[in-house]
Amino acid sequence: MPKVYIDGTSIEVENGTTILEACEKIGVEIPTLCYLKHLNPAGSCRLCLVEVKGSRLLQTACTTPCAEGMEVTTMNQNIYNARKLVLELLLANHDDGCFSCPNNGKCDFARYCMDYDIEKSPFPRNKEFPPVDESGEFFTYDASKCILCRRCVRTCAELQCNNTYTLKGRGHETMVGLPFNQLFKTSNCVSCGNCVSVCPTGALSTKSGKKYRDWEIKKTQTTCPYCGVGCQIELHTKGNKVVGVEPLDGPANNNLLCVKGKFAYEFINHKDRLTKPMMRKGGKGSPLEEVSWDEAMSHIAEKMLAIKAESGPDSLAGFASARVTNEANYIFMKMMRAAVGTNNVDHCARLCHASTVAGLATTLGSGAMTNSISEVVDSDVILVSGSNTTETHPVIGAKMRQALLRGAKLIVAEPREIDLAKQAEIFLQIRPGTNVAFFNGMMNVVIEEDLLDKEYVENRTEGFEELKTLISEYTPEKVAEICNINAEDLRKAARLYAKAEKASIFYSMGVTQHSTGTAGVMCTSNLALLCGKIGKYGCGVNPLRGQNNVQGACDVGCLPGDYTAYQKVVNPDARAKFEKAWGVSLPDKPGLTITETIGAIESGDIRCLYVMGENPMLSDPDINHVEHALKKCEFLVVQDIFLTETAELADVVLPAGSYAETDGTFTNTERRVQLVCKAIEPVGDSREDWDIINELMDRLGYKNNFSSSSDILDELAGTSPSYGGYSFERLKKEQPQWPCPNKDHPGTPVLHIGKFSRGERAIFKPSPYIPAAELPDEEYPFVLTTGRVLYQYHTRTMTGKSEGLTNIMGTSFIEINPTDAGKLGIANSDKVKVASRRGEVTVEAHVTDKVAEGILFMPFHYKDGPANKLTNNVIDPIAKIPEYKVCAARLEKF
Amino acid sequence: MEETRILLKNIGKINPVSSADYVAAGGYKGLKKAISNPEAIVDIMKDSGLRGRGGAGFPVGLKWSFTKGTPSDQKYIICNADEGEPGTNKDRILMSGDPHSLFEGMAIAGVAVGATKGFIYLRAEYPYLLPILNDAIKDAEAAGFIGKNILGSNLDFEIEIRSGAGAYICGDETALMESIEGKRGEPRYKPPFPGVSGLWGKPTIINNVETLCNVPQIIDKGAEWFRSIGTESCPGTKLFTLSGNINNPGVYEFPMGVNMRTLFKEVGGGCPGGKKLFAVQTGGASGAIINAEMLDMPMDIECCAKAGAVLGAGDLMFIDESINIIDVVENLIEFFVEESCGKCTPCREGNTRLLEFVHKFKDGTAREDDLERLIEIGSFMQVSSLCGLGQASPVPVLSAIKNFPDKFIVKSDERGQN
Ligand SMILES: Cc1cc2nc3c(=O)[nH]c(=O)nc-3n(C[C@H](O)[C@H](O)[C@H](O)COP(=O)(O)O)c2cc1C
Ligand code: SF4
Ligand code: SF4
Ligand code: SF4
Ligand code: SF4
Ligand code: FES
Repeated sequence: MPKVYIDGTSIEVENGTTILEACEKIGVEIPTLCYLKHLNPAGSCRLCLVEVKGSRLLQTACTTPCAEGMEVTTMNQNIYNARKLVLELLLANHDDGCFSCPNNGKCDFARYCMDYDIEKSPFPRNKEFPPVDESGEFFTYDASKCILCRRCVRTCAELQCNNTYTLKGRGHETMVGLPFNQLFKTSNCVSCGNCVSVCPTGALSTKSGKKYRDWEIKKTQTTCPYCGVGCQIELHTKGNKVVGVEPLDGPANNNLLCVKGKFAYEFINHKDRLTKPMMRKGGKGSPLEEVSWDEAMSHIAEKMLAIKAESGPDSLAGFASARVTNEANYIFMKMMRAAVGTNNVDHCARLCHASTVAGLATTLGSGAMTNSISEVVDSDVILVSGSNTTETHPVIGAKMRQALLRGAKLIVAEPREIDLAKQAEIFLQIRPGTNVAFFNGMMNVVIEEDLLDKEYVENRTEGFEELKTLISEYTPEKVAEICNINAEDLRKAARLYAKAEKASIFYSMGVTQHSTGTAGVMCTSNLALLCGKIGKYGCGVNPLRGQNNVQGACDVGCLPGDYTAYQKVVNPDARAKFEKAWGVSLPDKPGLTITETIGAIESGDIRCLYVMGENPMLSDPDINHVEHALKKCEFLVVQDIFLTETAELADVVLPAGSYAETDGTFTNTERRVQLVCKAIEPVGDSREDWDIINELMDRLGYKNNFSSSSDILDELAGTSPSYGGYSFERLKKEQPQWPCPNKDHPGTPVLHIGKFSRGERAIFKPSPYIPAAELPDEEYPFVLTTGRVLYQYHTRTMTGKSEGLTNIMGTSFIEINPTDAGKLGIANSDKVKVASRRGEVTVEAHVTDKVAEGILFMPFHYKDGPANKLTNNVIDPIAKIPEYKVCAARLEKF
Repeated sequence: MEETRILLKNIGKINPVSSADYVAAGGYKGLKKAISNPEAIVDIMKDSGLRGRGGAGFPVGLKWSFTKGTPSDQKYIICNADEGEPGTNKDRILMSGDPHSLFEGMAIAGVAVGATKGFIYLRAEYPYLLPILNDAIKDAEAAGFIGKNILGSNLDFEIEIRSGAGAYICGDETALMESIEGKRGEPRYKPPFPGVSGLWGKPTIINNVETLCNVPQIIDKGAEWFRSIGTESCPGTKLFTLSGNINNPGVYEFPMGVNMRTLFKEVGGGCPGGKKLFAVQTGGASGAIINAEMLDMPMDIECCAKAGAVLGAGDLMFIDESINIIDVVENLIEFFVEESCGKCTPCREGNTRLLEFVHKFKDGTAREDDLERLIEIGSFMQVSSLCGLGQASPVPVLSAIKNFPDKFIVKSDERGQN
């Protein structure tokens, strides 16, 4: 702990603290340009110069570590002159069009020039610049405004790990550019915009249609509404319009964002937003007409009460949403349970991670990521299976790559040669639907070669003998055959994983969305347990949850068998607790899942369906079947921000406020509860989700005492052990991960340390490999697998409104191997007809060796060419999750 | 005056590739001694007072002690053979004539600090040295002097040659490491110093060829012996490179402290054509330009510094009366404008500004405040640049202004408005 003197003030600092950091601690401001938190210091701009007694040279505060007894002077004439010269030298070749610069008002460089009394540079311009690069969808690059701080280059290389930039030329000719004189459009840039966010000048500027100055806008700290990473963002609003997004230093994202979080905010103020309640006044078949809230609400209440009276509460069902806040979800499930009296409430987690919840709850006792996102950077080995992380959870993908930069090794087991595969130490291109065999094979090698953690297995697990017996069948050779991989690679992967000190497993829907999804999930925990890698920093089994609040929607009880925090409906104590809290008696029978609900509508058992913020018409498997059911549904209410495909079929449509128009919380994939804050008022006559449900409950005869979503969180905290420590007040300051049982609890970054959630021991659940339900045959010779792409999200209700994203990836496609394409006479970009036993769609072919022979891949986001017309709705018997990832298909040139 | 041939003793006398020849001439004895007592080496080096010969003159023993004292699974020894200074070729002579002395010096360093891998970063313009060096490495490996299990000691020390990137800046120790790591050759900020965190973040000793070639004889003959040569603050000999307007250009070995006048007159034979010596630039392209009147100067680090000159790598460029000093300065700044890596603001932008001012002096359009500004920017660059290049590049012009004030004429009646 060296003690240093800064302008005479003494301060003791941690070893390795730089002068700049020490200055920050005591509130001494030092100007910086190249310095940026989270980046390795560069020490290149030389603006942060200070004097250190005893040194002939001026020292850069951003790079110089404090040493015992160091005496630092942060300002005197000498320092002032030197910094001023740095700025003058930079300004000479900086375009002086400040008035028209979009960065005006928030430009660090301009501010420093002002601080150092510089109006214009005393030096003449002596550089030439290339024209502005306007080729990208979201931002422009104007070299004549660049001051060569290299924040962009370093951010792209060290944090985003995309290496898009290069430094061109040397010496005075040095310039930030792209390799081989490319433009952004043709480069490998993924439009994350992280370089733009860090540019201290207007050299990198967002292409925003709106012109505004920094001082005209209001800034609201909130959480990204897209994927489960839960990036913290600052929404910039002018009047009631969102005009920009900047990253914040949240615990999950550390100032990074992806293209969706950064740029896809057009949907918020989009003209297609629902602004008025609508109803089919003339009954089914008549058009949707705008009505008043009162009319809509009283109609809904009347219908719901009537159906309940006639057919009982279980003839109603509700779909909550992985997109809306915990508070809206909580009050929604409370409505279904307390006001309607049914457990028929579910949401789309069923379609992505029900198998995770079921599988990990069985083996470990808790169905969530065991470890924290930030730990991945410190992992020694990362095993990714069934997750195209850089596209679906881009910021976690970036952090994995940061780990690789630090020397971590990556194992990828995926049907497609995803981007991460290119950086993998070992890439195993497994056949879709063979995850269970793959993991069993890994375990076979671990046991066979005696690489297991015996002490851990002995002391912390049960069921090892059964596991061993089953696993002995899965020799690398046999597994290699099933998965179509190389047995030696499998051995190498197993050794690498087992021998690493810190090894983490990441998986997503590639593991869960199978008829054997729960088995697949249990296999991941079997492997991790076998190697003693649960309950330790940098390790764990980490399911990546797809949507922003899918974790939260599960946590707060939008599951047919669970109240909040996974308290079981069938557990009389839990039921009694909620009956007491809510003052009503509650049903004891678990409700229907999404997939079962669709069936029950078909059969007439369910007469009313209330859908809040979901679009089952595109997201559910076998959408022909879903469409049929929804059309048949006697009374369908849809509460959403757009007239989705599902809303189009509704009897009543209620306009909800988007995440930018509401307060509440989201729980990200690492169990972290974070605030969502209202930046603008709900557009038009739309209302916040919780507020709509609150009024409806009143009309259904159940009175809540909620006047804000903060009140709802308080009730939620009171009834849910793992959420006990949360309140809006606390979440403004810190965002602990659950379990967080009380307000003094610091939260739980790593689960299962010392003891498992399920008890003393975790359990091995050996699972045999069972082939996918539908395998290719003569008629349907291909395996079709589905997934997501970076540039779209879910069913595109939000991303589809972004012009830039639409331009980059606006239409559906199917990936096919060049050999297969050759045999069928299909060329890249050809239109092809894809058919399965359930339907047929026409899409564009992308001929690529990303997919192996015999395999097809389609994204599921698109209305034109919807993949879920083809997918198989056969479900996993335990978790009831559909097998989106494998079905048999055939295709031909259109 | 006779040379004192300690480093050059084998040059031209032995087959450079042959370790047997080198051993016959007394070679690899230091390594044997080192292996028998690795612990003692750093102290011997400290006692010897050997200072780096690559330009900065840092005490070798002290440098090695940092690396020795930093625990690590891997450490490296790098030989800086980039020899980028225009007109210098002392390192080339050592490598082409007596490569085993270099290997021995590196291996001793490795043994001393626990490094098992050495790199020779070879100047891009010396490709013809590659076969000699590689053959010599093979020979030394076959004879068990380097490679695995050297001299049956269970210690390993492998040497690999890396070709330079052809940029002057890659001679800077940290830029050189970036270059070996496959990155753009740009210096790193210090601290951390390479001794603690160098190549791939591992503790690394980097020394010049000449420095390392001194090591075997020091270990063999002892620190005492070494201190008996040269001066108190700079023991040993130095290779001096004489160039410019001189009758006998070349590389000569003399004890530290030899008088510059001796080098000019007796060794160099004075200026050709009987011209009068006007100025001398010492210490390479970024060294000071001194007035010929200051010729009586003992050549060691301290004495040079006291006189406002630089010993550097031992370069002496003689400039006779027929040469215009402004042209010399212009040339040198042009070199630095070319060779600046572009990383930091003062050097990247500053050198071009220095050049603009020098052009004004050349055209005769300079004004009083131009001179002030030139000195201001130069002095600023010296204290604020990231690496030695930017810190030293203003030295020639600033020293020329100081030592030849009448050559920098300003139109003093037109004090300009900016
Ligand atoms: C721009 C620049 C160029 C350099 N070029 C060389 C060079 O060519 N050879 C060399 O040995 N040292 C060179 N150096 C010095 C090295 O950075 C370093 O000080 C030296 O290799 C240390 O070895 P020594 O202590 O044995 O002298 C250069 C330094 C700078 C700043
Ligand atoms: S937008 Fe992202 S990927 Fe593209 S250059 Fe910037 S940081 Fe790199
Ligand atoms: S573009 Fe911006 S961030 Fe990048 S080097 Fe230039 S000024 Fe810095
Ligand atoms: S990574 Fe996910 S949470 Fe972060 S900005 Fe992108 S979509 Fe939003
Ligand atoms: S001083 Fe010059 S050579 Fe050194 S880092 Fe700065 S720009 Fe590069
Ligand atoms: S901020 Fe310290 S050198 Fe740029």
